[in-house]
Amino acid sequence: MVDGMYGAQPSPGPNTKKCSPTVQKQQQQQAENADGGAGKKKKKVTAAQLRVQRDLQELTLGSTMKMSFPNPDDILNFTLTIEPDEGMYKGGVFHFSFAVNQNFPHDPPKVKCTQKIYHPNIDLEGNVCLNILREDWKPVLNLNAVIVGMQFLFLEPNASDPLNKEAADDLRTNRDAFKRNVRSSMAGGSVRSVSYERVLR
Amino acid sequence: MSTIDPQARWTYLYKALSKNGPLTDEDWEFGPETIATLESSKILVIGAGGLGCEILKNLALSGFKDIHVIDMDTIDISNLNRQFLFRQADIGKPKAEVAAAFVEKRVKGVKITPYVGKIQDKDEDYYMQFKIIICGLDSIEARRWINSTLIAMVDMENPESLKPLVDGGTEGFKGQSRVILPTLSSCIECQLDMHAPRPAVPLCTIATIPRQPQHCIEWAYQIAWQEKRKDEPFDSDDLEHISWVYNAALERGEQFHIHGVTFQMTQGVVKNIIPAIASTNAVIAASTTSEVLKIAASCNPYLDNYMMYAGEEGVYTYTFQAEKKSDCPVCGNLARKMEVDPNVTLGDFIESLGERAEAQLKKPSMRTEEKTLYQRFPPQLEEQTRPNLQLKLRDLVADGQEIAVSDPAYTIDFRYRLNFK
Repeated sequence: MVDGMYGAQPSPGPNTKKCSPTVQKQQQQQAENADGGAGKKKKKVTAAQLRVQRDLQELTLGSTMKMSFPNPDDILNFTLTIEPDEGMYKGGVFHFSFAVNQNFPHDPPKVKCTQKIYHPNIDLEGNVCLNILREDWKPVLNLNAVIVGMQFLFLEPNASDPLNKEAADDLRTNRDAFKRNVRSSMAGGSVRSVSYERVLR
Repeated sequence: MSTIDPQARWTYLYKALSKNGPLTDEDWEFGPETIATLESSKILVIGAGGLGCEILKNLALSGFKDIHVIDMDTIDISNLNRQFLFRQADIGKPKAEVAAAFVEKRVKGVKITPYVGKIQDKDEDYYMQFKIIICGLDSIEARRWINSTLIAMVDMENPESLKPLVDGGTEGFKGQSRVILPTLSSCIECQLDMHAPRPAVPLCTIATIPRQPQHCIEWAYQIAWQEKRKDEPFDSDDLEHISWVYNAALERGEQFHIHGVTFQMTQGVVKNIIPAIASTNAVIAASTTSEVLKIAASCNPYLDNYMMYAGEEGVYTYTFQAEKKSDCPVCGNLARKMEVDPNVTLGDFIESLGERAEAQLKKPSMRTEEKTLYQRFPPQLEEQTRPNLQLKLRDLVADGQEIAVSDPAYTIDFRYRLNFK
C-alpha cells in the first residue's frame, strides 16, 4: 500500500505545460467558467473527513466519556477520555489517542492508550486488543461503535484475549487479587514489579 | 522490427474499425474518421507496474498514439519476473520513464509521455486534457483520490468534462475490471464495501499465543519494534530494519517452537505482499484496454460496469451492474454553487441554510478541507468552534471554496461551493 499520498501538496508538474496551447487555453476557459476563476486550486473536503464529521455528530458519549481536540481543525486526530462510573476501574481517568487516516472507513481508526495501565486487554505500550479495531473492522462500523467497545473493556475486562498476559492470568485465576491489583495500579503502585501510572481522578 | 511496414501492423484493427457489426451503434461512423479519433485520443495510464506494463503495451498495439503514464515508483529486482518492460539494468530507475521509452521504441509512431510522481501532484487542468483514464493501481487510497477528483471535475454543461475511468485490479488469481462514468454510474466510493478487508490476526494472538510463523513476524514488527526501537519509524525498504525484525521473529519462533520464519516471509508480511501472478495481470489488462478501445472508438458497447474474474479453479467470470449508492459521500451529492455575501457571519449563514428552499438544513455541522467551521457535537468541539459563528465568511473561507455540510436530519452529506457576491 502506498502511504501518505494524501498529504501531497498539489503543484503543477512539468507535464502540465506539455499540452498544446489551444487545449490549454480551452481548459483555462473551462475552469474559469466552472468556478468564476477563483479558488480552483482549493482542496476539497476528503471522504474521510466528511465521514468523521458525520460520525462525530452521531456519537452518544454519555457522562463517562469526553473528547478533546488538540487542533479543532483536524478532526482526524483526537483524544477520548473514559471515566468509568462502575466496575473495577471506577474512579480512574483513562486517555486514548485516536488517529484516523485518509483511508477511513476502509481502514479502522488507530487507537492507543496514552498511559501505562494494568489491564488484560491493553499492553504496556498502550496497544488495545479490541476485535473491531483490527480483524473485525468493517466500513459500516463507525466511531460510536469503537467508543462503546472501548468503554466495555473497562466494564468487562476479558481474560481470553490477553495483551498483558500477567494481568489476564490474575483475572482468570484470582479475581479478587486482580481487583486489588487494579486498585493499586490505578493509584500509581506496582504490580509484579511493574510500576503503573497514577490514573485516579 | 523495423522491417515491418508500419501500416501492416494495423491491418486487422482497421478492418475491425471499418465495418459495422451486429452490436455497433446505429449512428456509428466507421472508417477513417474513427481511426483518426482513436489516434488523437489522449489516454492517461495510472501505474506502470504489473498491470501498467501490460496496459501500455496493449494500448500502443490497439492504435492509440498519444499515451501518458504516471507512476511514482522505481524499478525493483522483484518486479522483473512480470513487468516485462524492465530489464536488470533498469533497477532503480523510474518505472514510468523506462516503460514509456521501451514501448515508444518498439511501437513506432506512438508517443508516450511519462510523469514520475504522485497522482496528487497534478490538478484538474492536467486531468482535463485526457479522453479516458485507465488505472492499474495497488492502492485503494489512490483509487479513491482519482475517483473523487474526476467526479468533482464534472460540469453538467460541458460533456467533455466527464472522463471515463477504467479501473483494473488483481490479487493473486483473482481480479476485476470496471468502467466508471463519473457521476453517472456507480463509483469507486460506492463500491468501497466490496473490497475484501486486509486479513488481520487478533492482536492478542500475536502478543501471547502465536501459532504460525507469520504471527511471530507480526509480533516482531508491531510489538517488539515499538518496545525496543520506539523512536525510529519502521521502514519496510530498509534492509537493516527487515533483518532486525527477521531475527526477532526467528527468536520468538524458537521460543514457541514454531518453525518456518524466513527472510522472504518477513518481507512478505511486513510489506503486505500478495503474490502477483503475471497471467492474471494479462487477463485484467486485456479486459481494461479493450474497454478503453470500445469507449474511444464507440465501435461496441462497453462494460456496464463490473467484471469479476476468479481464476483460482479453472476460470469463472461474472459481469454485473454495480449500483450507484444514493448516499455515496463522493458521487451522491455533487457540490452545488451557492451565492453568499462574504460579510455575513457564519452564524447568520448557518441560520439562512435552514430557510433556503434548496438546503433546509436545521442543525448543520460544516468544514472546509483545512478548517472545521462549526461542529455541533461532541460538546468540546462545539465549544472550540463556537467563536467562528461570530466571524465573517470572508475570514473563514475563500471565494469559490467548497464546504461540506452534515445534518442529522439527512443520511447524506452536502457540498456547496461558496461564490462571493
